[in-house]
Amino acid sequence: MSDVSARSRPTFVARLTRRIDRPLVIAFACIVALLLVGGMFSRSFTSPEYILLQLKVGAFLGIIATGLMMVILLGHIDLSLPWTITAGAMMACAVAGHGEFGRVAAIPAGIGCGVLIGVVNGVLVAFLRIPSMIATLATNAVAQGIMIVYTGGSSPQDSAPEAMRWLAAGWLMPGVPNAVVLWVVIGGATMFVLSRTTFGRTLYAIGNTERAAYLSGINTRAVTVAAFAVCSAFAAFGGVLLAGYASKAAQSMGDAYLLPAIAAVVLGGTSILGGRGSYLGTVAGAILITLLQSILSVAQMPEAGRQIIYGVVIAAMLLLYGRGKREG
Amino acid sequence: MNGLRYWYTENRGTIAAFGLFVLMFAIYLANYPSAISANVILTAANKAVLLALVAMAQALVVLTAGIDLSVGMMLVLTNCLASWLVAGDALHTALGIIGVLAAGALCGALNGVIIIYGRLQPIVTTIATGAVFYGLALLLRPVPGGAINDDLGDALTGKVAGVVPASLLILLAAVLIVWIPFQRSAIGRAAYAAGSSEPAAFLSGMPIRRAKFASYTAAGLLAALGGLFLTFFTDTGEASLGSANSYTLFSIAAVVIGGVSLLGGKGSAIGAIFGAFAFRSIGDLLFVFNVDALWQPLFQGVILLLAVTIGACGLFRVRNRLEWFE
Amino acid sequence: METAFFRMSGVSKSYGGALALERADLAVRRGRIHAILGENGAGKSTLLKVMSGVVQPDAGTMHLDGREVAFASPADANAAGIVCVYQELSLVPDLSVADNIFASNPPTRFGMIDRRAQRRQAAAALARAGAPDIDPLAKVRDLPLSRQQMVELAKGLAREPRILILDEATSALTAADVARVIDVLRRLRDEGLAILFISHRMHEVKALADECTVYRNGRHVTSFAAGTRSDTEVIEMMIGRTYQHAFPAKPARRLPAEPVLACRDLAWNDVLRGISFALKPGEILGLGGLDGQGQRELLLALFGVLRGCAGHIDIDGKAVSIASPAAARGARIGMALIPEDRKTEGLMLPMSVRENLSFAALDRMSAAGVIDRGRQQSCVDRMMELLAIKSAGVDVPVGSLSGGNQQKVVIAKWLIRQPRILLLSDPTRGIDVGTKQEIYQLLRRLADEGAAIVFHSTDYDELIGCCDRVLVLYEGRIKRELVGKEITEQNLIASALDLPVGQVSPSTGVAT
Repeated sequence: MSDVSARSRPTFVARLTRRIDRPLVIAFACIVALLLVGGMFSRSFTSPEYILLQLKVGAFLGIIATGLMMVILLGHIDLSLPWTITAGAMMACAVAGHGEFGRVAAIPAGIGCGVLIGVVNGVLVAFLRIPSMIATLATNAVAQGIMIVYTGGSSPQDSAPEAMRWLAAGWLMPGVPNAVVLWVVIGGATMFVLSRTTFGRTLYAIGNTERAAYLSGINTRAVTVAAFAVCSAFAAFGGVLLAGYASKAAQSMGDAYLLPAIAAVVLGGTSILGGRGSYLGTVAGAILITLLQSILSVAQMPEAGRQIIYGVVIAAMLLLYGRGKREG
Repeated sequence: MNGLRYWYTENRGTIAAFGLFVLMFAIYLANYPSAISANVILTAANKAVLLALVAMAQALVVLTAGIDLSVGMMLVLTNCLASWLVAGDALHTALGIIGVLAAGALCGALNGVIIIYGRLQPIVTTIATGAVFYGLALLLRPVPGGAINDDLGDALTGKVAGVVPASLLILLAAVLIVWIPFQRSAIGRAAYAAGSSEPAAFLSGMPIRRAKFASYTAAGLLAALGGLFLTFFTDTGEASLGSANSYTLFSIAAVVIGGVSLLGGKGSAIGAIFGAFAFRSIGDLLFVFNVDALWQPLFQGVILLLAVTIGACGLFRVRNRLEWFE
Repeated sequence: METAFFRMSGVSKSYGGALALERADLAVRRGRIHAILGENGAGKSTLLKVMSGVVQPDAGTMHLDGREVAFASPADANAAGIVCVYQELSLVPDLSVADNIFASNPPTRFGMIDRRAQRRQAAAALARAGAPDIDPLAKVRDLPLSRQQMVELAKGLAREPRILILDEATSALTAADVARVIDVLRRLRDEGLAILFISHRMHEVKALADECTVYRNGRHVTSFAAGTRSDTEVIEMMIGRTYQHAFPAKPARRLPAEPVLACRDLAWNDVLRGISFALKPGEILGLGGLDGQGQRELLLALFGVLRGCAGHIDIDGKAVSIASPAAARGARIGMALIPEDRKTEGLMLPMSVRENLSFAALDRMSAAGVIDRGRQQSCVDRMMELLAIKSAGVDVPVGSLSGGNQQKVVIAKWLIRQPRILLLSDPTRGIDVGTKQEIYQLLRRLADEGAAIVFHSTDYDELIGCCDRVLVLYEGRIKRELVGKEITEQNLIASALDLPVGQVSPSTGVAT
């Protein structure tokens, strides 16, 4: 065994490729494969317009999956995504209807909803030590209950304000949809946080061995609450964008995003047990899921077939690289 | 006396769930607007047994420190399957029932195989298989329809000897035939051990893999029994995603209220049954107190939240903070 | 001498490129107690794991009664009569004692477990193991660690073994239980059982073993009958070089008048019952006594982990309230704790050496939450050199390091903060002799530079060799304070057992 430390600084390329692992390579390879397969159905599959469209649709999922990744890195999970998304969307639209002040406060109000739900989740998990699966299921049910009472059981009537529509579907830079720009900004910030800040390092540490992190003098509970708050804030923001894209919020609009978000994070190589995973993987996972859904709908696959293929693909990819340790 | 004390400590959760259910049901009966007849009990029983069967299925899996997010889908799939198979004369009906139960067991076995031999985490596995099961259900019943053997349906959703709901007898049969033998066998004990400490169970040479496989397969079987019963109850097969998700969520709620630890190794399916009964009573209580049905989801959510929070109150007695991170 | 009825020849095993066993041999005879000696990483645990079916060897053969055998699982080895009693317990916490003793092959009736028969047989097994007071219906989770170890022993004996393997199985036992286990083992040996055991406690080895075998670097070094080699010779065989003084000299020096840490009437949960002491900078204070008398809890209390402590803690003469490890490590107090279990409390095993080393001092290496990589690298480099940590680079997972180097990482992680008060909870447990020496030198150097050190150890030699003062704890109270020359094995044992000093004769002293 070589002695002492690695005194030489690793080269830039070496540092970049150090974290690239098998799941990432497989995920990107599958994306390429899907594009080629899709190209067999229709020429437009490999066109820039189509790819850009996929990126735009994928951005919504991508932003939601970004927040979820932080929680999964901790070794927890957030099953309250569906109604956090919906609540964020509905609240933003509702606030927007209140005149001038409302239009300005709409988006922050939606995100604020998410932060509130996230803090509740975080407190339940970090302070009351309730397993995150059941705690977030409970908050999801409560959020659903509140929203049902609020809307009287029917679809909300408020429509999305101009700002939200522009954020979701507009074009700040020529040729690049706003949603994609938002995803790049949020994604870049997340990558920085995960690899270069104490908060990010602590996420990985807690996911590995929370006991050791606590005994090292880290306030693990505060970090956990913060991670859940960020996750729900991103989810609510995703809901805001979705409402902007569709011009209004809808009952149960978040339900369709829970499974894809979990799949995106896990297929990107993040371990469901926490402590391991890189953000690029989540990006790849989100794009992969979006492409898959898109191809299936273009191929006019009925819902039944889509569900089956969906499940089979996730299981198959996980079997390729998501497996646990053999005993002994 | 000593043995009794140990039995009590071990079954504390189940006893608490039982007490909670009795309390809620008593309030319900006391405030019922008209005279209590056997039919009131019958309706309540039928709805409760449905959830109880799914809760039992979930409990079996949770004991091994796993989770099955596909139970609702298995229920719906077997419901749609039954709406095709369980019809015609006695022989066909019987074969149909066996076929449906076998299908459920097969679904559970698939979960088990992927989790045990594929070494995937239960949560993502059952999310994926759940999607597949739901897709199959949609294939069978793109639109609601089908029928079921009417005579059998009436009998099983009716009363025996004029008083006892047949559904309760079915539940009792499930407990006696599936749960009790499982719990008392070496396989069942290995399932508890796998949930409590899998490394220790492995070092001790316990049959962990067989136990987990048995848990998941039996869970599929019980979910199929529930799906079968749902078909008898509604006389139709419907691939409803909302319904499937609800049953999955409620099964977890029932399991938690019933004192089964989500971390595995502790609790009993009987507790889950009472947890299911108690959870079902929420809707009944709201009806009896004239609360708008719109509030039901919120109440269910809040009760679930309270149930999990109360369970965590033991935490305040913890004096060594390292115990938080077990 | 009887011929061996079980032999291992040329057994090799490597884990991902690291060779744990290299053509190792072993000969086991009936009716003998055989001690397996060697440093950590010498391959002892791996040898026994191969023998008991937990892992499969890459090469080599095993012969039982002259026939070649191979064990694919612990169940196979058990069937052949080889039973292992583990250090990491194989007990399932939520099952009862009886369920655990008969975890595999319980008595059955109609396919279901016969609970009454199981309880009866469990009681018999417990009696045979020397622990008849344990209730077979009790849940393992509710028993103290020492009782759990006795259940583990009963479980091993219930399988009617031909070879009983004890892998550091006495490390968690109270002294009284150790005495009972020694009697039980001697009785079993006389009945014809072959017993193999690993222990780092030379006293136990001397009291029990009939023959010894030493392994070094995964290879068999030599076997000899007990008592035919001196301690020094044995240790030299284990570490492969001449064995000098174990402990650095204690300076005769005047300490400053003001204590940096003072404790008054510290009490917690009936485990700590009124502890008062003062600690000056430059002092190494030892915590002795039998296992489980509150030493571990005292350190946790000082570090802010325990809730509901009564009493006062003063830092630099001023009263403080330490609410968490985050507060304890802060600049005002400057404490550090090296926890008892490095794998679950000291390190994040899958994370890199660099990440682990920097983890307790991230706040000092970052500005506004962003980590300064340059500062991180220089701190890491400095520590790797200071403690001579052997590793294939700083980016490898810390779990791939040997036990001794892992412990060095834990200590280094805290030294970056330059703590004023250093608390160590049994830091050399399960660590090889060479690293132990390095740690002793380091502690003395830190004390010379002004740190105040509290050192809990279960090894009397360490307390005698390292500490300026020793507090012996008994049932949560300080039974006796020993200073300087008073720190002798006799006094330590006597105080630990709550006997007046001078009443224990060395030859029949309890093995520790």
